[in-house]
Amino acid sequence: MPFQSTVGDYQTVATLETFGFLPPFTQDEIYDQIAYIIAQGWSPLIEHVHPSRSMATYWSYWKLPFFGEKDLGVIVSELEACHRAYPDHHVRLVGYDAYTQSQGSCFVVFEGR
Amino acid sequence: MSKKYDAGVKEYRDTYWTPDYVPLDTDLLACFKCTGQEGVPKEEVAAAVAAESSTGTWSTVWSELLTDLDFYKGRCYRIEDVPGDKESFYAFIAYPLDLFEEGSVTNVLTSLVGNVFGFKALRHLRLEDIRFPLAFIKTCMGPPNGIQVERDRMNKYGRPLLGCTIKPKLGLSGKNYGRVVYECLRGGLDFTKDDENINSQPFQRWQNRFEFVAEAVQSAQAETGEKKGHYLNCTAATPEEMYERAEFAKELGQPIIMHDYITGGFTANTGLAKWCRKNGMLLHIHRAMHAVIDRHPKHGIHFRVLAKCLRLSGGDQLHTGTVVGKLEGDRQTTLGYIDQLRESFVPEDRTRGNFFDQDWGSMPGVFAVASGGIHVWHMPALVAIFGDDSVLQFGGGTHGHPWGSAAGAAANRVALEACVKARNAGREIEKESREILTEAAKHSPELAIALETWKEIKFEFDTVDKLDVAV
Repeated sequence: MPFQSTVGDYQTVATLETFGFLPPFTQDEIYDQIAYIIAQGWSPLIEHVHPSRSMATYWSYWKLPFFGEKDLGVIVSELEACHRAYPDHHVRLVGYDAYTQSQGSCFVVFEGR
Repeated sequence: MSKKYDAGVKEYRDTYWTPDYVPLDTDLLACFKCTGQEGVPKEEVAAAVAAESSTGTWSTVWSELLTDLDFYKGRCYRIEDVPGDKESFYAFIAYPLDLFEEGSVTNVLTSLVGNVFGFKALRHLRLEDIRFPLAFIKTCMGPPNGIQVERDRMNKYGRPLLGCTIKPKLGLSGKNYGRVVYECLRGGLDFTKDDENINSQPFQRWQNRFEFVAEAVQSAQAETGEKKGHYLNCTAATPEEMYERAEFAKELGQPIIMHDYITGGFTANTGLAKWCRKNGMLLHIHRAMHAVIDRHPKHGIHFRVLAKCLRLSGGDQLHTGTVVGKLEGDRQTTLGYIDQLRESFVPEDRTRGNFFDQDWGSMPGVFAVASGGIHVWHMPALVAIFGDDSVLQFGGGTHGHPWGSAAGAAANRVALEACVKARNAGREIEKESREILTEAAKHSPELAIALETWKEIKFEFDTVDKLDVAV
């Protein structure tokens, strides 16, 4: 077999940071990640932005961080509500860690177009 | 009370062995592993170490009486057996804070590991640990940015960062070198790194490299939509040249530079760290020469001490070994000094080799960098050992991919994210490593090929420097 036929072409992909290289999560997989955020004691936080501004530091908050929220169902319905309100925006879920003032987790749940 | 001058040679232990002494919170404490010459009593050896690393000299001198030497002397306050080792013992020594210049790691090391290491009454001497008092720590700037600021600047959250050293490490032209950087970054890495040997050689002068690398970083960033960086090595023959390179990296809009802190020296490192804080640059730290100093179990300085010194001198990322790759380092010891880099308080824990409680106060944390002989199969273990506040660097494990560096980078990124996802979902990623990676490879031909390429490679040699435990 000629060498060339065994070498694949890697196409650059535009991605949205953490978990950008995995296939979109199923509903159950999203639940697992929310459960992890809550179990760590972090506050769930939802942010959204138009894809043209995806590299900006500040995306818009959806409402306010859900400080102290422990109900998985509430977070899922807020994610969906944000997606309905901004169907063409990226929507990401953050596990906000007030102790380190950082994000223990952060990934895009809905990709806008 | 005044004393009389009595010329001659006194035994060290008369002055420097003080088993009743209770160390102060402001004392700098050190633990040495001592192996004396045959026939010399432990107390005398330990006291000699305390003396020679603080105020003492071999003979009594009249000028001692011009000061209150009891206030300034180092004291050995405890001797302990080394588990499983009959010829060596631990000596715990307390040094008063005033023996050291504020903010100078250089000064601390010059005292503690200076002349004393050549002392004839000793066969071997190893500095195992230092407890830096908070009063001293507050005089050091430490990391220019720290873990939290670096995450914010680079927009990387919820996972370890991913990097790779450019290979071949020597011999590429500036343009070819930039090509390899571009391939890695477009493939999904967060960082690429100058090899430590790359400074400014005839085949590739530093300015030329910096310019091509900057273009590679910018292109990859624009095409992937993610933040990227390359550690531009500013280590140079003189501080002036080092700063010139750092300034140029900043001019090119680059986020991070690099320094070799042991070959470059602590003074140069502390200076560059301060420059980084002032100029908003991240600082990656390499540790070439460390194994010369830290690998022998009975002589030298343990790496936990060198790691603590780096956190004080300043750096945002420090190489720590990989546990699983081609370079030396056992798991418990590595976890012990990773804690020293990242935590704000580290309790004494002999099972991790930490001899003292260490309070870091408000000093920022340093990312632990795992680099050297690692590939995708190691990913689950690396994520489990190092956690999120780490940079995992695959050199051969990126460029060695049959499709090239971009595909190798993508394979590593997929593997990393699959491990993080599985960990968050509560799976035991080390036990289930094969399943996790195989599942992820179903969606990634790049990962499937990487798994096939490196399936047989292992580095299973026994560690030379082990924790001291009774056998």
